[in-house]
Amino acid sequence: MDMEMLSSAFEYAPAPESRSVVDIAPSYGLFIDGEFVEATGGKVFKTVSPSTEEVLSEVAEAAEEDVDRAVRAARKAFEKWSALPGAERAKYLFRIARIIQERSRELAVLETLDNGKPIKETRDADLPLVAAHFFYYAGWADKLDHAGFGADPRPLGVAGQVIPWNFPLLMLAWKIAPALATGNTVVLKPAETTPLSALFFADVCRQAGLPKGVVNIVTGDGRTGAALVAHPDVNKVAFTGSTAVGKQIARTVAGTRKKLTLELGGKGANIVFDDAPIDQAVEGIVSGIFFNQGQVCCAGSRLLVQESIQDELLDALKRRLSTLRLGDPLDKNTDIGAINSAEQLARITALAEKGEAEGAERWSPACELPSSGYWFAPTLFTNVTQAHTIAREEIFGPVLSVLTFRTPDEAVAKANNTQYGLSAGIWSEKGSRILAVASKLRAGVIWSNTFNKFDPTSPFGGYKESGFGREGGRHGLEAYLDV
Amino acid sequence: MSDARLSVFKTYKLYVGGKFPRSESGRVYEVTDAKNNWLANAPLSSRKDARDAVVAARKAFGGWSGATAYNRGQVLYRVAEMLEGRREQFVREVADAEGLSKSKAAAVVDAAIDRWVWYAGWTDKIAQVVGGANPVAGPFFNLSSPEPTGVVAVLAPQDSSFLGLVSVLAPVIATGNTAVVVASEKSPLPALSLAEVLATSDVPGGVVNILSGRTAEIATPLAAHQDVNAIDLAGADEDLAKELEIAAADNLKRVLRPQAVDYSETPGADRLTAFLETKTVWHTTGALGAAGSSY
Repeated sequence: MDMEMLSSAFEYAPAPESRSVVDIAPSYGLFIDGEFVEATGGKVFKTVSPSTEEVLSEVAEAAEEDVDRAVRAARKAFEKWSALPGAERAKYLFRIARIIQERSRELAVLETLDNGKPIKETRDADLPLVAAHFFYYAGWADKLDHAGFGADPRPLGVAGQVIPWNFPLLMLAWKIAPALATGNTVVLKPAETTPLSALFFADVCRQAGLPKGVVNIVTGDGRTGAALVAHPDVNKVAFTGSTAVGKQIARTVAGTRKKLTLELGGKGANIVFDDAPIDQAVEGIVSGIFFNQGQVCCAGSRLLVQESIQDELLDALKRRLSTLRLGDPLDKNTDIGAINSAEQLARITALAEKGEAEGAERWSPACELPSSGYWFAPTLFTNVTQAHTIAREEIFGPVLSVLTFRTPDEAVAKANNTQYGLSAGIWSEKGSRILAVASKLRAGVIWSNTFNKFDPTSPFGGYKESGFGREGGRHGLEAYLDV
Repeated sequence: MSDARLSVFKTYKLYVGGKFPRSESGRVYEVTDAKNNWLANAPLSSRKDARDAVVAARKAFGGWSGATAYNRGQVLYRVAEMLEGRREQFVREVADAEGLSKSKAAAVVDAAIDRWVWYAGWTDKIAQVVGGANPVAGPFFNLSSPEPTGVVAVLAPQDSSFLGLVSVLAPVIATGNTAVVVASEKSPLPALSLAEVLATSDVPGGVVNILSGRTAEIATPLAAHQDVNAIDLAGADEDLAKELEIAAADNLKRVLRPQAVDYSETPGADRLTAFLETKTVWHTTGALGAAGSSY
């Protein structure tokens, strides 16, 4: 069967998820001390749906005074919240987990609208993980004495948290759940392009009866985040985002007593050995770089394939990419959604052009892009060398750079040849080789014969310039305890 | 008779890559005791010495981090054995350096020897304490293990020139990191003598590198060095610590800020974990009876 017949045999009728389950207000204020309030000076900004460029809502832009107001609310709430018996804090978090489960359809649709990622991802990955994260950390709140940080470990105080746009609600959960479980209060700034799910989370807090001031949400751009990070009464800073901003934050908190954790960029190597199960490896490569349009810090953006199977693997990969469905993120059959913003699309486009200009060979499947919105076709580059920009810089888009190797030693050397150290993948049927290679890779999360798996019990975070500290699991508590 | 004999002075040198070089700059500075009496000239290290030390530490990292925890434990224990044999020398040096009575200096040296023993016992236990399996919701065996972060720059405490030094150095190398140590600026001699102990204790060359000189002059290039993974600021004052932390952000070094420490107390595991990374590996477990279907 040739490719054309194959693709026509797999035509799907549209199967859009209904957006009537979510009711987006025309405007939102800042969530401070349990109430939605306008920003000082009344400044607002628009949030759009990346797949259509439709304006979804107008959101308040927090100025320095608003951040200060939020920090003061969190400080005021800290005394009672931290003194609450752990078992009571736990029950609030369990309530939040349950309410998120109940409202997960609504939140999944909302996230897909605001972020542009496919509904099958928000429905099957983001939202279940969000609820699971709150459920997991809820159980820790009254068991901190047993977590290995000594008897009666204390919270830090007010946590200032700045999160990215690629997994808006999931990153909120990674930040807020452990912070609250350990008795801290929080001021969280969602990303400028994806503020809505955090504002809906404020409503979840209301339904859960969470005491006011324990969670505060300030929306805005980088200036709002910078004000939060620099606020003198913040005791803990947690940031997920770019390495460049992470370095700036590290400079800002230098010389203070603020505890800092950073989850930053990556250039993950996905290593495929000649004895790998090819079909499974192809699926892993696809989920490694095309999950969430490749806008994932731990994406497997460098494919390292053993030279002897390069042709076979690339043929299979190209065949598979030709079946990916790009389009309406609310369609349940969609594999590839929209790029989050015009700015990110421009960055991906520029880096891909650089890849071509530097001599790598570009390939994309035949793929029609919608006429409005921000779109980028799945792309792979072959003939990539380690010196190429697309092998070194994080693209944060659906662009895979393919390199080859001959020996396991060479694979390890190439995989580690990066300033980053967040993730890696290993595909092989040989157990001892997997273990040996895993032990040599300088990366915080390694997947063997799988990729992009997440779980609240599993610590996540990087080596080197991918940041420091861990989120998830018992390890994730440390970031929010005075230990 | 003994009055007539002229004693033999020691030429104090740096310790880099298992060798004892002078500073490449050819500079030395005067080291005095608590009463300002001349004790010796110590090398006044340059930024080039700092860079050379980083190269040596990086070169040693693969072997030392790859050694078994049991092996590292025995090597650290061997340091304690060698120190015990030179106890009198160190009591004298610490007494001179810190202006302590002989009995107080002896207590400090004993505590330092015991600290090596304490950390020797940690090498093969820390992974069990801070690592472990994670019960993920899926068909995976998921294991978190601590790994050394790499090359660590250690600014040794300024006042506690020997016990403090051992207390910050031993935890760094116990877990498989390699170290570039900046000795106490005013009292570097016990640190430089410790190098002689390390050199005869099966500690591979380059695992510990010891520099003497002006803390700020040596620490600045170390904090900015792109091949240093972490920095312990124990020996920096507030202003220098802030400046170094800012420089360290350039490649996101792990930074241990200065804090008040009573080095006579038994330490916790904090200094061990400060220079560890957590690696989490997801292994696909598959399902029996459905071979090959569950990747």
